[in-house]
Amino acid sequence: MIAPLGRPKRKNPILRTRLPLLPPWARSRAALGLTAAAALGRFELQVCAHCGAVQYPPREACHRCLSDVLEWREQSGSGELISSTTVHHSHDLFFRERVPWRLGLVRLDAGPTVVAHLHAGCAPAPSRVRVDARLDKSGQGVLLAFPIDEVPNMADDLELREMTCDPKFRKVLVTDGKTAVGQAVVRALIAAGADLVWVGYAEPWKRFPGFAQIEALPQVSLLPLDLTDSQSVKQIAAEIGGRVDILINTAEVHRAHGIASRSGVEAARAEMDVNYFGLLRLAQEFGPAMRGRGADGQSSATAWVNLLSIYALSNYPPHGTFSASKAAALSLSQCLRAEMRAGGVRVINAFPGPIDDEWNQMLPPPKLGPDALAKALVKALRDGVEDIYPGDVAQEWFARWQENPKILEREVSA
Amino acid sequence: MSAKRTAASPLESLAADLVSGRIRVVDLTQTLAPEFPQIALPPEFGQCWPFRIEEVSRYDERGPAWYWNNFSCGEHTGTHFDAPIHWVSGRDLPNNATDTVPVQHLIGAACVIDCSAQASADPDFLLTTDHVLRWETVHGRIPARAWVLMRTDWSKRTDPVAYQNYDETGQHTPGPATDVVRFLIDERDVTGFGSEAIGTDAGQGYHLKPPYPCHYFMHGSGRYGLQCLTNLDQLPPTGAVIFCAPLKIKNGSGSPIRALALVPGSSAGAAQPSRRLRGKV
Repeated sequence: MIAPLGRPKRKNPILRTRLPLLPPWARSRAALGLTAAAALGRFELQVCAHCGAVQYPPREACHRCLSDVLEWREQSGSGELISSTTVHHSHDLFFRERVPWRLGLVRLDAGPTVVAHLHAGCAPAPSRVRVDARLDKSGQGVLLAFPIDEVPNMADDLELREMTCDPKFRKVLVTDGKTAVGQAVVRALIAAGADLVWVGYAEPWKRFPGFAQIEALPQVSLLPLDLTDSQSVKQIAAEIGGRVDILINTAEVHRAHGIASRSGVEAARAEMDVNYFGLLRLAQEFGPAMRGRGADGQSSATAWVNLLSIYALSNYPPHGTFSASKAAALSLSQCLRAEMRAGGVRVINAFPGPIDDEWNQMLPPPKLGPDALAKALVKALRDGVEDIYPGDVAQEWFARWQENPKILEREVSA
Repeated sequence: MSAKRTAASPLESLAADLVSGRIRVVDLTQTLAPEFPQIALPPEFGQCWPFRIEEVSRYDERGPAWYWNNFSCGEHTGTHFDAPIHWVSGRDLPNNATDTVPVQHLIGAACVIDCSAQASADPDFLLTTDHVLRWETVHGRIPARAWVLMRTDWSKRTDPVAYQNYDETGQHTPGPATDVVRFLIDERDVTGFGSEAIGTDAGQGYHLKPPYPCHYFMHGSGRYGLQCLTNLDQLPPTGAVIFCAPLKIKNGSGSPIRALALVPGSSAGAAQPSRRLRGKV
């Protein structure tokens, strides 16, 4: 039985905030393949191209035939828990604060036997389990054994919660609530159990559609936040920065121009000012406090979500300057991810295809609806992944980009 | 030598009166701050930058003994000056840009027409020739090369939402009707027209004929515009002199200004600092 997650007590503001620690993070280059797959929400193991052996832990060569042609392939993870251990004492500082901690040996149906963290819903050994890969607080891929069937309060398992960023009972900042996407994200967070959602809106004199509905939600607190204004970002960070558990940056400027279709740099500069410099301003003002609160009790700071675009991977020339601004934001988000990792705060990048909004009016379907995007963001938080590609267009572009970026470049510029 | 001392020149008198307080200086300028709203165009058009400021250093590792900022804004941000080249009707006039406008025009008498009651009752209030003629029956004829300032007390709307006053049909702020713009140019030879709202034209000026008549005719005849003025309630209807020089931007269409007025010291209360628009928190 897993106790349902209760609403945490209010933080006592005069107590010291516990500093975040990380589980062991060192990995060989070969082992990072597990992390790379887990970042996308996949469980992959090395499979020998010559003899077909599946192996764990990852190595440079096949443990059976010594071939060095090893491919990372998705695994079902089904297997048998053959033993379990409950750790009551650890010299590792991270686990020392979290014992007792259950570990298990699982013999995968695919062959190898793995050491895995053990979800509390798993029946005592021997029992059937499903192993999946997750990112731990250090951002590295680890294995976690789940029960085969759903159990009550599945997401509330304490070991699993160290690897996910569930918005339940958390306080979230959505940086721009003026757009349909921003408002859909707010509603999805509230449906997922968020305690408080701060919603930023720039240029308060321009009333926006949906304002009244958003303002009426009891969990919502509206804030005048303008990512082009350093003073505004600094002011809001000073007011709420120490309480934000999840930051979701939905602010973006999008104009449908390439280079030749718009003279001058003003439209492109407006895109960069929000899509790139806006992220930088947010990261400088909100990053430090969130990084310092990575282990602040049940509702610790846990995730930072960027709304990027699939065009960040490869420029879509009809929206060429927008693509460039998102590519810049992608690069900066990698810097942010490296800096936030020390606090155990996950940086999640969403790479949607065209969103069904006014700036994609001239693009044919399929287009991603705001509600579908919002749902994907909440799922990413619950799964604790790093990169998501929501929607058909994004899935297809991502697959082609992984296969051969140069071919994709030619295809989308045809 | 003694003859020289007895008759002080007008400028020497002015300087002495400024020191003694017989002439006061009134600040007609809104504070340049990020939260002050800027003019908004449909999003597919190019936009005027709002005022933004970034710290360069503040006695810290970026500059240990000094504090300074970089700022950015549009030519038409905050309290600002419109040159004739701003509008297509004035594009080919001589001396039509911020660096070439005759500086003699940038200091002049101000006639202040109080429309605060009308603007309070009707945000779309339009000043007409009839209003001006009635004003002249009390205060006298507007002299040639004077500035006409339309006082609406719009600057007292310190909430940006009320200042911009948008609804589903756009912006609702007072301004001049087409006929009075022609009248002030053709019959009174004014130097320019000033307002307290975000533009010299009314918020709904797009629907007048021609659209934005104050911009169209004033700039088309080499006249100037001032907008986002404040403290016009501290000016007498006549008798004030205003200073409204733009930055000397090469071929600039306008510029933020520090607009100042000289007023008789006995006719108004103490000068007050400009009100700053504050965002809703």
